[in-house]
Amino acid sequence: MIQKKLKGLSLQIIPYSEIEHLSIVERVKKLLDLILNNKIIILHGRLRPEEEARLIEDTMALVGHIKNFKGIELAVIEPDVYKANFFEKIKHGIAKSLIGNSVALTIIGPASVIKEIKRDPKRLELFLR
Amino acid sequence: MFQTLKNLTNKFFVLLFGRKKNIKIGFYGPPNAGKTSLANRICKDWTGEEMGIVSRIPHETRHVQFKEKVEIKHKGKTLLFKLVDTPGIATKIDYEDFLKFGIRKSDAKKRAKEATQGVIESIQWLDDMDAVVVVLDASENPYSQVNITIIGNLVARKIPILIAANKIDLKKADVKKIERAFPEYRVVGISAKDGTNMNEFYAALFEVAQKT
Repeated sequence: MIQKKLKGLSLQIIPYSEIEHLSIVERVKKLLDLILNNKIIILHGRLRPEEEARLIEDTMALVGHIKNFKGIELAVIEPDVYKANFFEKIKHGIAKSLIGNSVALTIIGPASVIKEIKRDPKRLELFLR
Repeated sequence: MFQTLKNLTNKFFVLLFGRKKNIKIGFYGPPNAGKTSLANRICKDWTGEEMGIVSRIPHETRHVQFKEKVEIKHKGKTLLFKLVDTPGIATKIDYEDFLKFGIRKSDAKKRAKEATQGVIESIQWLDDMDAVVVVLDASENPYSQVNITIIGNLVARKIPILIAANKIDLKKADVKKIERAFPEYRVVGISAKDGTNMNEFYAALFEVAQKT
């Protein structure tokens, strides 16, 4: 009888406060260190666009240099502020400037573990390998 | 600050010579969205030459490529562009994906290595653009994080954006879905392959160029 071993799935939840004080280089390094340990990160908050770009750049620099590392899968879920009314937008803006974008959730994981993240405005589906 | 200075230089140039200097227009997007096909279409329309090689295999463009002094005319106005075609931006690259297209293992590995460098090159070129055409495949789901990251970075740099919803010749194409995903930006449905709707695209390109 062939038995398939189901490997454990390791999720790491990071509150925004844990990365808030870090520089862009340190933030990206912290996330990539966890990803290289095959962890799926759920970050309470979201990275700034330039941090996301840096994360992609640093990821690409590692692909081909670290065995079996093929890159990352990344998705952000956040309330649709475009459709919010004026006061909700103001409230969202103030909260964002005070405590960071903590209403958002970011999911990042190694592409060797996450096959695909399918996203539309209402749901997010995570497909594992 | 740099962007403001650049805008002032452009305006000064218009006053002095009656037309804008080479406006650097970047073609950005995920792999296989049709960036090079669109750049080729524009080049063919206005210079008679093509710009780069296209392929059904992802990451065909692995280095930034340029076409200088492309003069585009629209409704009696003329603008001079420098077209910058960039490699597709992706968060993962697996050489095994290329093997499915019949590529040898050593070539697939080489392609993957060059593709990772291409992604880095694309991102590093972002700062240098006057305006960007984000090319998306209208038959694919627009809500991918790569698309959102590209647009977010352009917004953060105050670079004017035009979204080209390409491949409207395909049955599955849904331009409205792209409009719903990015309601703040001008979206033009086109087919770079057969040239459908290119007049509307040029009109939108001129609007975006005026913002630089």
